[in-house]
Amino acid sequence: MAEGRSPDELRELARRMRCDIVSMLTEAGSGHPGGSLSAADIVATLYGSVLRHDPAQPALPERDRFVLSKGHAAPVLYAALAETGYFDRTHLGTLRKLGSILQGHPDCKKTPGVEVSTGSLGQGLAISNGMALSLRLDGMMEPTVYCLLGDGELQEGEVWEAAMFASHHGLTNVVAIVDNNGLQIDGACSEVMCLGEIAHKFAAFGWEAVECDGHDIGTLVRVLGGARARAEAGGKPVVVVCSTIKGKGVSFMQGLADWHGKTPTAEQAATALAELGCNGEVA
Amino acid sequence: MGEKRATREAFGATLVELADAGMDVVVVEADLSKSTTTATFEKAYPARFFNAGIAEQNMIGTAAGLAVGGKIAFTGSFAVFATGRAYDQVRNTVCYSGLDVKLCPTHSGITVGPDGGSHQMLEDLALMRVLPGMRVLVPADARAAASAIRVAAATPGPFYVRLGRAAVPLVYDEGFEFELGRAYVLREGTDVTLAACGVMVERALAAAELLAAEGVSAEVLDVATIKPIDADTVVASVARTGAVVTCEEHSIIGGLGSAVAEVIGEQRPVPLRRVGVRDVFGTSGDPEELMVHYGLTAIDIAAAAREAIAVRA
Repeated sequence: MAEGRSPDELRELARRMRCDIVSMLTEAGSGHPGGSLSAADIVATLYGSVLRHDPAQPALPERDRFVLSKGHAAPVLYAALAETGYFDRTHLGTLRKLGSILQGHPDCKKTPGVEVSTGSLGQGLAISNGMALSLRLDGMMEPTVYCLLGDGELQEGEVWEAAMFASHHGLTNVVAIVDNNGLQIDGACSEVMCLGEIAHKFAAFGWEAVECDGHDIGTLVRVLGGARARAEAGGKPVVVVCSTIKGKGVSFMQGLADWHGKTPTAEQAATALAELGCNGEVA
Repeated sequence: MGEKRATREAFGATLVELADAGMDVVVVEADLSKSTTTATFEKAYPARFFNAGIAEQNMIGTAAGLAVGGKIAFTGSFAVFATGRAYDQVRNTVCYSGLDVKLCPTHSGITVGPDGGSHQMLEDLALMRVLPGMRVLVPADARAAASAIRVAAATPGPFYVRLGRAAVPLVYDEGFEFELGRAYVLREGTDVTLAACGVMVERALAAAELLAAEGVSAEVLDVATIKPIDADTVVASVARTGAVVTCEEHSIIGGLGSAVAEVIGEQRPVPLRRVGVRDVFGTSGDPEELMVHYGLTAIDIAAAAREAIAVRA
C-alpha cells in the first residue's frame, strides 16, 4: 500500500508536481501558485513515501488520510493525486473550468482522493481531529490523519480551538504540518498579523512541535515519516513546522507575496517550466 | 393537551435510543450538555460523546470529521451559536461536502426567555434554509422532536432540527411518526389556512378555536418540515381556504413565512399574513410574556386571520 519511493524518486516526483502546478495554473488563468509550490516537497514526500494509500482504492479503510486545510493550494494536491494515479493526468488541464472534476478549491464530491472539501481557511484541523476520533472509535489504530496548514491560516481562531481539542483528547493519530512560507496575500505574515513562534504556540497548546526544512526531501522523509511514532512515544499530537519558500522552484516567484494568487503569462510559464526542467512529459 | 414538555427533552434520550438500536451515532457538544440534554447520551455512551469546549466552530468541524469517518454526527449547543457562530463551518464543510452532520441545537426563539436578545435566535431558519442540501425540521412538540431526530439520523446528509427550551403542550399522540417533507393537516377548515411550525402549532390550534367561536372555519397545518417544504399540501389548503396566516417563533423574514410566500406566490397566490417576530431582536422576559409582547399568541393569529380573510373579499 505504501509507495515507498527513494529520496531521488521523491525529488523527481516533486519536480514533476511543480511542472504540473505551473502548467495547470497557466492553463486555468487563475489560482494560487505560491503556496502550491511551497508545499510541493511536503506533499510529494507524503504521497510518495509517508502515506499508506492505494490510488486504485481511494476509500480503503486502512489508508492514511490527508486533509489539505490550506485549500487554495489545491494544485499541489491535484498534482500529487494525478502523479500517483488517482485520476488521469488529462484532468489537470481542466482545472477551474466548467464541468471539471478539479475545482478551484478541493471538492470531495468531485475529485477522487479528496477526503473532504476545504477552501475556507482554518477548518481542516478540526475535521482531521474528527476523522481521527472516528478511526479510534472503529478500533483502527494504524491509520494516521495528516493535515497540512498554511502559516497565514494559523490566524484563524478555529485552528487553535482544534489544537486545544487534539491535545485534550490525546490524538496521537493526527499529524499537523505547517507550510511556513512566511507570506500571505497582503504581505509578510510578520507584518500583516505576526504569529510569533509557531512551534512555541503549538507547544503551549500541548503539542510536540518539530521544526524542519520543508524543501529537504531527506529531512522530510525522516521527520514526517517519524511523526506518528513520535506522537505515540510522547503521548501527544505532533506538529511539523516546515520552513518553506513561497513560489519555491520558480526564480521569479520565490519569496514574493504577489504570487500568492496570480498566474504566469505564457511567456513567464515557459521560463518557469524551463527552470524546472519540464520537458514534454507534462501537459 | 394538558401535559407540557420541552422539545429539547427529546434530544439526549432519543440519541440513546438510536445508539441502543445499533446506529453509529456520536455527539459533539460545546459545553452545554446539561441544557441541551446531550449529557444523557454522554452518560450512556461516554466514548461516543465529545465536548469541544466553548468552541462552536470546532464542534461543527469535529462533527464533520467524524461524519467523514462514517459516523452519524449530532451536534448540540444553542441555536444562536450553532448556526451563527459556526455558519461558515456548516456551509463550507458540512453542506458543501454533504456530510452526515445533524444539527439539533436547543434554545431557539424567544421562549429562551430571560437570557434576552443575545440568546434568542430568531434568524436560524433563514440561515439554514438557504443552504443547499440542508433539511430543516421544526417539531411542534417533544414527541415530534424525538421522531424528527430519528428521521435525521436515518436519512443521509445534513439536517437542522430546531429545538426549544420552554415546556410546551403536547400536540401529537404517543407513537407519532415524523415524515420528512410532509405538512400535517391537524384541523380542516374552509375560510383560512393557519400554517404553523414548532411551538406555534399549538397556538394556531387555539386560534382556530377562537375563530370557530365567531363562525370562521380555520384549517391548521403543521409545516413541520420547512425544507423541503410540502408545497402540495400548502397549495391544496390555500386553494380550499383562499387565505393563509403563517405562524412561527422566528423572524418573519426568511423562515416559514417566507417559505410559504414563495410557494403560494408562484403556485397559488392568496392573501398572506405573517405572524412572527417583526425584524427586531428579542429582549429579556418570561417566555409567555414575550410571546404576548411580540404578538405570537392565539389572539394575534386570529386577528391576522381576520385581516387575511378581509383582504381576500
